[in-house]
Amino acid sequence: MSQAISPTINSRLTRRTRSRSIGAWILRLLVYLGALLSVGVLLFIVVYILIMGIPHLSPALFDPVYNSTNVSLMPALANTLLITLVALVIAVPLGLGAAIYLTEYAGRKNRIVGAVRVTAETLSGIPSIVYGLFGLLFFVTYLNWRMSLISGALTLAIMILPLIMRTSEEALKAVPDLYREGSFGLGAGRLRTVLRVLLPSATPGILAGILLGIGRIVGESAALIYTAGTVAEIPSGLFDSTRTLSVHMYVLASEGLHVEQTYATAVVLLLLVLIINTLAATLVRRFAKG
Amino acid sequence: MHSPNTRPISVTVDLTHKTAYRPFIADADVAIQSADITPAQEAETILANLPLEPTVERIAIKHLDLFYGSFQALKDINLSIASNQITAFIGPSGCGKSTLIKSLNRMNDLIDGCRHTGAILLDGIDIDTGINVNLLRKRVGMVFQKPNPFPMNVYDNVAFGPRTHGIKGKAQLDEAVEKALVDAALFDELKDRLKENALGLSGGQQQRLCIARALAVQPEVLLMDEPTSALDPISTARIEELVVQLKEHLTIVIVTHNMQQAARISDKTAFFLLGELIEAAPTQDIFMMPQDERTADYVAGRFG
Repeated sequence: MSQAISPTINSRLTRRTRSRSIGAWILRLLVYLGALLSVGVLLFIVVYILIMGIPHLSPALFDPVYNSTNVSLMPALANTLLITLVALVIAVPLGLGAAIYLTEYAGRKNRIVGAVRVTAETLSGIPSIVYGLFGLLFFVTYLNWRMSLISGALTLAIMILPLIMRTSEEALKAVPDLYREGSFGLGAGRLRTVLRVLLPSATPGILAGILLGIGRIVGESAALIYTAGTVAEIPSGLFDSTRTLSVHMYVLASEGLHVEQTYATAVVLLLLVLIINTLAATLVRRFAKG
Repeated sequence: MHSPNTRPISVTVDLTHKTAYRPFIADADVAIQSADITPAQEAETILANLPLEPTVERIAIKHLDLFYGSFQALKDINLSIASNQITAFIGPSGCGKSTLIKSLNRMNDLIDGCRHTGAILLDGIDIDTGINVNLLRKRVGMVFQKPNPFPMNVYDNVAFGPRTHGIKGKAQLDEAVEKALVDAALFDELKDRLKENALGLSGGQQQRLCIARALAVQPEVLLMDEPTSALDPISTARIEELVVQLKEHLTIVIVTHNMQQAARISDKTAFFLLGELIEAAPTQDIFMMPQDERTADYVAGRFG
C-alpha cells in the first residue's frame, strides 16, 4: 500500500510510526518491569523464608507436646485447623444464607438490602485488631467465655462473614436469569430453584470466597491474641485457650529466643496455605466442570 | 422474509403441512394403525379430524391491561385460545406479544413493578386467584427464546420437572424422561448421552431438550417465546415439525418474529401492534384477507 502513496507522505508516515513505536517500546518496558518487580518481591520473600526456615525443620519441632526447649509447632498446627473449621462452620451458613436472602428473596427496593450491603462493606474494611477488641469485650469478658477456642473462632467468624457474604452474593448474581426462568417455568418454587439450580451453578464462586476466608483466618494473629489466647496446647474443649500458627510465630518472634524456629514455623504455615489453596482450586475446577 | 410473494408461499406451505401431517410418535396405537393405510387415506382422515372450529376454549384473556411501572405494555387484550391448536402471536418488536405470552403462566410476576388488570382464565379458572402459581406453571409450560438447559446432564435436565412435582422412584423417572425425550424427537440422538452435560449439545438440540424438559411435567399448554430465533434453518425446521406433531396432545401458543413460520405452522394468528391486539383470526385469513389495514401492511412486509 505504501507504494501507492507519494514519497513525502510516505516518509511522514514512517516518522510517525517510528515515534509511536518508541512510545510503545517504553510502555512495554514499564509493563514488564512492573510485572517482574511484583513477582520478584513475592519470590524473594518466599525463597528467603524457605532458605532461613528449611534447615531448622527438626523432628523436635513436630513433637506432639510443646515445651520451652523444643518449641513444638504441632499443637499450634492442630489448633489452626481446628479454629478454621469452627469459624467456617459458623460463618459459611450465615454468610451464604444472608447472600441467598439478599439476591433471591428480598425485593430490589427493600431498604434492609441497602443497609446490609453498606454494613458489610464497612465491616470488611475494618482492621482485624478492632474485631479482636470486640471479641475481648463481648465474648471473653461480657459472656465470660474467657480466652478460648470458641471466643477466637466466633471473632474470626464475624471477621470473615462480610467477605463470605459478598462473594456468595456476587456468585449468585452471576448465575444467568435464564436458569431462574427455566426453573420457575417448570413450576419449581423459590427454595427448590435456589437449592437445585442456583447454588450448584454458583459453587465455584462461593468456594473462592470461602478460600479467601480461610486465608484470612490462617494468617490472623491480632484478633486472636485477645480472644483465643496463647496457650500452646491442643484444647480439650471449646472453652480452652489455644494458639494458632500465626500467633505461635508472633510469640516466638517477640520472645526473641527462637528466631530460627520461627522461620521453620513460617515454612510450615506457607506449606499449609499452599495445600489449602491447591485443594480448593481442585474443588473449584471439579465443580466448574459439573 | 418480507417479500411481496409472502401470501402465495404461505398458503401452499400451510396446506402441505396439514396433509403431510404425521401422527404423534409416542402414540403407538395410532402409529400402527396408520402404517397400513395409504398416504392419501391418511391425509383424508387427518383432514377430516382437523378441528375446523375451535372445539374447546382452553385460555380466555379478558380485558387485560398490563403495566411496567407507568408504561402500559398491553391495552385491553381480549383473546380466546383453543385447545389442540397452534396459536401464533406476531407483530413488530415491542408490540407486547412476548409480554402477553409471559402473562399466561405468570412469568411476569418475577418482574418488579409489573401489574395488570383484567383476567386470564385457564379452563375457566382465574390464574391469578384460582390456582397455585407453581401448579399453573406445571399445567402451562414454557420454552424460552434462548435455549436454557440447566448446567447438569441431559437426564437431570429432563427429570428436573418430574422431581419438582414429587416423582421420586427411579423407574418412574426413567419412564418420564424417556417419554419426554421421545416426544421431543430427541431420544434416538441422545439415548447414549444421557449422562453428558447438556451445555455440550448443539443449539438446536439444547432447544429441543428444553422442549423435552417442558413436556416431562405433562403440561396442557405449551408457551413458546420465539423458540427458533437463536437457531439455524435446519434446527428451526425440526422444531417446527415437532411443534406441529405436539399439538395433537397440547395447546400451543407461539410468539414469532418470522411471519412465514406463523403461516407454516399455526392454526390461528393474532397480530399485535403497540400493545394492542389488532386482529386475531384463522391463519389463512390473516395472511390472505386481513380485515385491518395495519395487519395487511405488516404481513405484506411494509413495516416491522
